[in-house]
Amino acid sequence: MPAVDEILEGKDICICAGSGGVGKTTTSAAIASGMAARGLRVCVLTIDPAKRLADSLGLRELGNDAKRVDPALFEQHGIEMKGELWAMMLDAKATFDDLVARQAPDEESRDRVLNNRIYQQISNALAGSQEYMAMEKLFELHTEGRFDLLVLDTPPTRNALDFLDAPRRLTQFIEGRSLRVFMKPTGLAARVAGRGASVALSVFKRIVGFDLLADLAEFFNAFSGMVDGFQARAKRVNSLLSDPHTCFLVVCGPQGEPINEAVYFHRKLVEAELPFGGVIVNKVHYPAERLRGESDDLRAALSEKLDDDDLAGRVADNFADYQALAQRDAHNIEHLAAELRTKGVIRVPYLDEDVHDLGGLAEINRYLFASSERRIEIAAGRA
Amino acid sequence: MRLFNLHRGGRGLVLAAKESHCAGIRRGARFSCRAAKLLGITPIPELLDKRLVFVTGKGGVGKTTVAVALGLRAAEEGKRTIVCEVSSQENASRIFAHTEVGFHEVEMAENLWSISIDPDESMREYVLLQLKVRAMRDMLFRSRIFSYLAAATPGLKELVTIGKIWELAQLDRKVKSARKYDLVIVDAPATGHGIGFLQTPRTFAAIARVGPIHSQAQQLDRLITDHEHTGTAIVALPEEMPVNESAALERELREEMGVAVDRVYLNGLYPERFSKEEAERLAELAEGEDGIVRASARAAISEHGRARSQRAQLARLRRRVEAPVKTLPFLFEPELGAEGAQQLARRLN
Repeated sequence: MPAVDEILEGKDICICAGSGGVGKTTTSAAIASGMAARGLRVCVLTIDPAKRLADSLGLRELGNDAKRVDPALFEQHGIEMKGELWAMMLDAKATFDDLVARQAPDEESRDRVLNNRIYQQISNALAGSQEYMAMEKLFELHTEGRFDLLVLDTPPTRNALDFLDAPRRLTQFIEGRSLRVFMKPTGLAARVAGRGASVALSVFKRIVGFDLLADLAEFFNAFSGMVDGFQARAKRVNSLLSDPHTCFLVVCGPQGEPINEAVYFHRKLVEAELPFGGVIVNKVHYPAERLRGESDDLRAALSEKLDDDDLAGRVADNFADYQALAQRDAHNIEHLAAELRTKGVIRVPYLDEDVHDLGGLAEINRYLFASSERRIEIAAGRA
Repeated sequence: MRLFNLHRGGRGLVLAAKESHCAGIRRGARFSCRAAKLLGITPIPELLDKRLVFVTGKGGVGKTTVAVALGLRAAEEGKRTIVCEVSSQENASRIFAHTEVGFHEVEMAENLWSISIDPDESMREYVLLQLKVRAMRDMLFRSRIFSYLAAATPGLKELVTIGKIWELAQLDRKVKSARKYDLVIVDAPATGHGIGFLQTPRTFAAIARVGPIHSQAQQLDRLITDHEHTGTAIVALPEEMPVNESAALERELREEMGVAVDRVYLNGLYPERFSKEEAERLAELAEGEDGIVRASARAAISEHGRARSQRAQLARLRRRVEAPVKTLPFLFEPELGAEGAQQLARRLN
């Protein structure tokens, strides 16, 4: 089991990915604060609108610009802060608007895009635009070079694959090459396709209503001057993601479903030739493996010590329940490590206290940034 | 060109709903009703008497489990029920250890069906229902332009998905000789995307100012916000941030969307196995012991601590939401299968 600071040695970008509800936001915040405490200038980006990250960092709210977390807060929690921790929440719409403004050849075409209703829909609502803008902002911050390390908390997609696929889908949509030719009634492709095309178009018009089609045509026309800029930029964003200084960490939980998704996501990373760093399993029930075999006598031993058969029975039953979960977790993690052919599995235990502030993050970091001696203790279930 | 027939107005739906409920009982569901009574189950009136229930919440809170448990419960009460998953998810079938169901209505248990709604299939079905002339459909399906347009129109996939959900909820089903359901339960996509999902029809009605999609989107929006027939249940976890998020979600659903929030289910609540005094005694015991006695005492203390902090979260949730908050127990089971869902179904209220 490695430590996060070893995995992130020499990296500029850390992308925490995984399915929803596995603790990605908390993990991203913990990694960022841990790396900052070690002397780096770190910025953590989230696109989660629920203000979780802000809450856990003691910030009232986050915006589309990075804010520094008050170093005094770390001291209050007994953390020595050698570097700086910054945080921001991504506003996908604002980022998209900025991007359009930068790519537009002139003010008029900028406004035509910004006021187009199709644009307003995709910049807000189209699945994938948030993901794309997360990467866009990452690229922008990386280019500025203000930070030593950027930690990205990826959007809560239900299917982790969407995240990787989104930029491609969005650029395809914006390029709209195949669409735009058909939008023009005299377009060459429409003529080649013949009657079929025009009937299809008219049927589609009848179904969706004329306005929508006109808006789409307007959108593609307005965007036409920017397509090349978008393409070039998307290429650079993609090469940044596959850069050896970038690192993907897969975050998951110990239950069967999240483990399977982590395996699947890892496979997709490898297929896309993106740099995989390791996997973090949250909320693990640690087994007391070395105690196995003693459980038959447990009830009797507890009864004797407590002088209360009822309580002893409940303690023993509860222990059996915990052990069953611990065994499940150990089994699932073994499967995960084998599938990923990696030793880079970091386990964070299911803590008794709910993690929602800097103190909680520091507690998590005792596991994420564990020293080699401590790791042996953790593995033996003694910590 | 009209797929849905809600324009007949709310009254038609009410009458139809009543008819079908009786029909459900006539159709041999009486046994299940009796069985339900024998098991000591009291019906969940407000929620399961609706025709359509969206189960929503953040990722990883157990939406599918709750959707399936609600489905099992409604089925036991004698309602012909279908659980729908969207975006081609297959979590419900997995709970029943069933092979993937795909875009088919497959029976999972007595009175309980499941479907995984695929947007492309929904689109195809929609077009089939819209266009009566066979040659025209064939031409459309062969045309690449149509699929380009369909893929490029923002929100169209979500819209046809909701359209399919409605089709399932119709008593007068548009799909030929299709089964009629008393209740449709939707395992909605995780929020942030969840609100977006329910908002699609309204958004769409605004983009397409005229035409059939415009009026159908408006109808779908009316369906979603019809408090009498459509409800939502939010699923939450007993932790600080999920509680905050659920409260925010409820507010958004109520105030911005105007939908009825009927229940908040707090999922995974630890049982109170030990009293405070017992936990203190066990802490003392753990001090002086090692090995398995110490480990078991520590597990008990941990359980006590978690159960207590979760109760504090339950109290916070109750203060912060308007809908009745109901709890579902944490099941100490390695993986939740049909049996676990069945257990939860009995505990639902």
